[in-house]
Amino acid sequence: MPNSTFTKILGWKRAVVDHMATAGAVLAAVLVIAPLLAIFIYLVARGAGALSWAFLTHAPKPVGEVGGGMGNAIAGSALILGISCLIGVPLGIGSGIYLAEYGRGKLAILVRFIADVLNGVPSIVMGMAVYALVVLQQKHFSALAGGFALGIMMIPTVTRATEEMLLMVPRSIREAALGLGVAEWRTVLSVTLRTALPGVITGIMLAFARVAGETAPLLFTAFGNQFWNWNLNQPTAALPLQIYTYAISPYDEWHQQAWAGALVLIVTIVGTVAVVRLVTNRGVMKGTS
Amino acid sequence: MGMSISVRTLNAWFGRTQALYDISMEIPANHVTAIIGPSGCGKSTFVRCLNRMHETIPAAGVEGSVTIGTLDIYHNGTSPVEVRRRVGMVFQKPNPFPAMSIYDNVAAGLKLNGHYSRRELDEVVEHALQMAALWDEVKDQLKKQSGASLSGGQQQRLCIARALAVQPEVLLMDEPASALDPISTAKIEELIFQLKTQYTIVIVTHNMQQAARVADSTGFFLLGKLIEYDATEKIFTTPVDKRTEDYVTGRFG
Repeated sequence: MPNSTFTKILGWKRAVVDHMATAGAVLAAVLVIAPLLAIFIYLVARGAGALSWAFLTHAPKPVGEVGGGMGNAIAGSALILGISCLIGVPLGIGSGIYLAEYGRGKLAILVRFIADVLNGVPSIVMGMAVYALVVLQQKHFSALAGGFALGIMMIPTVTRATEEMLLMVPRSIREAALGLGVAEWRTVLSVTLRTALPGVITGIMLAFARVAGETAPLLFTAFGNQFWNWNLNQPTAALPLQIYTYAISPYDEWHQQAWAGALVLIVTIVGTVAVVRLVTNRGVMKGTS
Repeated sequence: MGMSISVRTLNAWFGRTQALYDISMEIPANHVTAIIGPSGCGKSTFVRCLNRMHETIPAAGVEGSVTIGTLDIYHNGTSPVEVRRRVGMVFQKPNPFPAMSIYDNVAAGLKLNGHYSRRELDEVVEHALQMAALWDEVKDQLKKQSGASLSGGQQQRLCIARALAVQPEVLLMDEPASALDPISTAKIEELIFQLKTQYTIVIVTHNMQQAARVADSTGFFLLGKLIEYDATEKIFTTPVDKRTEDYVTGRFG
């Protein structure tokens, strides 16, 4: 070897740089995970004591009575989030498809701009807007109004995620389908969207996780309820609302229940995202990158 | 059965840049016709005009007429979707649908166009894969593996099977072997030789030996114009035009 000293020094330097870069990346990853882990541990420490089967299945008891739970709020959240997904997912995916596949003119620029603005609208403002648009018209609070507010909040995230994921599908894949004599709308739905689906689902999960914890838009829309309610047109309890009400109450037992509620909320969100991931990953073929 | 193709004064543009000038060409049925020429000469644009894929690019324009069998493909009432069903295409880079199994890749053209029974699809898929000489290599993993998990050469044969499954009358191949190793290339060429009994094949190639091996006739394109079009042997041994001679003897290109 002619340059053996040179290679040796260079090799030594490279090893140091390599280790430093690796350490930096690991450190960054730890710093990202740490706050989440800290929140989770704290929630478990404060809330696990109040967790019980009754907490998950019972409605709240009046002040002064022992026991009661957030069962109605968990059910109410599920109801409201179901409605918001029914509104946010199809509209978000639809407008994302429009932007990615057909959006070249002025309308597309407008839609993109509005989606970005909508993303930045404070959630309390969204609640007030839906209060004026839906609650005042109907003259009562309802799960529908709450789901509507959260659904609108999901739209921009789902739209932009869908658009970006569709644009990442190579043109050659579209051409393959068009070249087979597949109609354009069918190509978009069954080939392009299908190829982009894992990314689109990530976007939907992000939007879902974000609105699942929202309190402000529900204050004047779903309003909250101390009792069980399955009627879409009635005021409905939701976990974040219940946590808020309990957290600002003067009672120690309610405080503990609020912690337990927060724990349930986080576990449910993480659980839902994980389940959706697992189910959609099962449909993915072997050998897809 | 393959169909003959008749091209008359075909012009094509990308925006304001003209890519093809007055191309007229009679391509006989059940013939392999090679299109050769240096990069950027309009070879790909030409074949993409034969199944109306050119117009899928924004700002692309076409003028002139192309008749396949008796179908005037640029007639007002002709739908591009119908044209593409009858004129299959294999692209330069293998492009299987990554989210679909091998089976679904081959069945895609039929499935996405409507209503075929399971048994019909099973038959069509097996037949198409056999024609593309891929059946034996993939028959055990048809529904388990993604089309993208195959090797490059297998992927390209999968794409050929996918194109054959819709039973086209014409098969366009845009440099189908340029991304493949010599063994895969040989397999594709052998395939072309067998397929021409049932299809009219137009193949774009950079590789002059390939044109000489597989094609009955060859057209030489230069700067968007068809310089010379004749029997392959004639083009490679006694070309009429000086520019053709320079190209096939490797003096430029």
